[in-house]
Amino acid sequence: MTVYLPIAELSVNIFIILGMGAAVGFLSGMFGVGGGFLITPLLIFYNIPPVVAVATGANQVVASSISGAITHFRRGTLDIKLGTVLLVGGLLGATAGIWVFSWLRSIGQLDLIIAILYVLLLGTVGTLMLNESVRALYRAAKNEPVTLKRPGHHSWVHRLPFKMRFKKSKIYLSAIPVVALGFCIGVLTSVMGVGGGFIMVPAMIYLLRIPTNVVVGTSLFQIIFVTAYTTMVQAATNYSVDIVLATILMVAGVIGAQYGVRVGQKLRGEQLRALLALLVLAVALRLAVTLVVTPADLYSVSIGSF
Amino acid sequence: MSLSAALRCLTLAASLVFAGHSALAQTPFGGVAAVKEGLEIGTSTSEIGIASDFRGADLTIFGALTNADELLLAIGQYDVVVTLEGPLDYATVRKKSRVLGIWVNTESMTFEQVPASYSVAATRQIDDILTVDGGLPIGTDHMRLSPTGYIGNAGNLTEFRDAYRRLKLAGGLYQHDFGGVRFVSSSLFRASLRLPANVPDGVHMVRAYLFKSGTLLAERELPLRVNKTGIEQQINDAAHNQPILYGILCVLIALVTGWGASLMFRKK
Repeated sequence: MTVYLPIAELSVNIFIILGMGAAVGFLSGMFGVGGGFLITPLLIFYNIPPVVAVATGANQVVASSISGAITHFRRGTLDIKLGTVLLVGGLLGATAGIWVFSWLRSIGQLDLIIAILYVLLLGTVGTLMLNESVRALYRAAKNEPVTLKRPGHHSWVHRLPFKMRFKKSKIYLSAIPVVALGFCIGVLTSVMGVGGGFIMVPAMIYLLRIPTNVVVGTSLFQIIFVTAYTTMVQAATNYSVDIVLATILMVAGVIGAQYGVRVGQKLRGEQLRALLALLVLAVALRLAVTLVVTPADLYSVSIGSF
Repeated sequence: MSLSAALRCLTLAASLVFAGHSALAQTPFGGVAAVKEGLEIGTSTSEIGIASDFRGADLTIFGALTNADELLLAIGQYDVVVTLEGPLDYATVRKKSRVLGIWVNTESMTFEQVPASYSVAATRQIDDILTVDGGLPIGTDHMRLSPTGYIGNAGNLTEFRDAYRRLKLAGGLYQHDFGGVRFVSSSLFRASLRLPANVPDGVHMVRAYLFKSGTLLAERELPLRVNKTGIEQQINDAAHNQPILYGILCVLIALVTGWGASLMFRKK
């Protein structure tokens, strides 16, 4: 059964889109990630124009992050004040990102930059994750105790001015690195259509030394608002959010996520991370191949003067 | 009989519309011997509604030659070309080349005001018809493709024009059917033009040209409105006309879906 996507302007098989949404939803539930970094490349592989894939990916992340954020809010593992400071940076970053996005589109380099950014980001994150999880598996096999590295004391980050007290996180931290982190994630959201949790969470733990219990909830708080804002700005400036595509993905995704969570609870953490790392690396490799292989046609036509 | 009666009505209607332009062709019968040949066309409708299950269609255009010379008609000296031109817009052609091992768009050329879709039907090959008036911008090979802005290397012009035509023909938005115009009687002709499945919305132009031995004698045009009526088009319109509301709706759907799923599955 085919369905016509009004913004992407092409007909697709609804079952492939449903399957994609459910599979990414399952994985995002299993690994506790938003899934934007998987859904956007998958849509591009399925010939959805990258402009539409990125904007629709951001929209999909809103749906996949909301239930997690509500849960963390109820449990009290969400630092609203810290989240708001992150959000200030995030909204600024998303605005700058949209501007860069539109500019890249006008000079005809958007598809290329999106692909390169994905290869770099997924390649780096996948490699780091694989390395870490293999080491953890090795340690577990040798029955060594897992030592959580939390090299304490103060790094340069903690010597910055404009310090603020975040009661819920029980830290006293400069607003500068928080806003800067939010800004970088905001740029990624609008240019790549990801929530950015897979970068934000480690950065908050290792760079900002924010207690682990509030990190996930607080990052989800920032992600929801930044992805919602990005969806609206993409819709208003690039007219590139496909509501039909987004709805199919979201419905399949949230259902898949519920089952993913159940399976994820049964598997061991380092095994899960190793699997996710392999998946991330496979997506990066597939995108890298498309950059290097000679295209079927060197020419392309686009409507409009850009 | 009824066909020619209908055509006479069409001819009358068309000549009313184009009264100013076709004064010369409308010399009363029995006038001087050397009357100029004319051309009248009509479509069954001035508006086409396209539903969401549209998979392409044929548009039939009827036309009549007026004051045609019977002898020249009989030996096939008259040729008719009918085109359907979609809404005009800029189009940019980009060319990739290898930079540090990666394929990058390195060159581009923008053509001004080219039709988004273009379908042409003729009595025979365009190149065989345009033997005298070869410079006319009729047909995909001859249509006007003027670059705008800065052209780095004018030598590339032919290359980019060829690529544009090739890609548009391959995508189905440009089509030609040499032989798509047939004479149904000595002076009546019927042209079938193909509307592709992805035909753009907006005002299209039907243009008919009459040639005698390679020389353009007469030209007629009729506007044709293509209206996409399906839900998909309404969504597309909403995205472009009410982008803020559309964006808010997208976010709301996401919130409801995400929240709804977590509520549903919690109860179980």
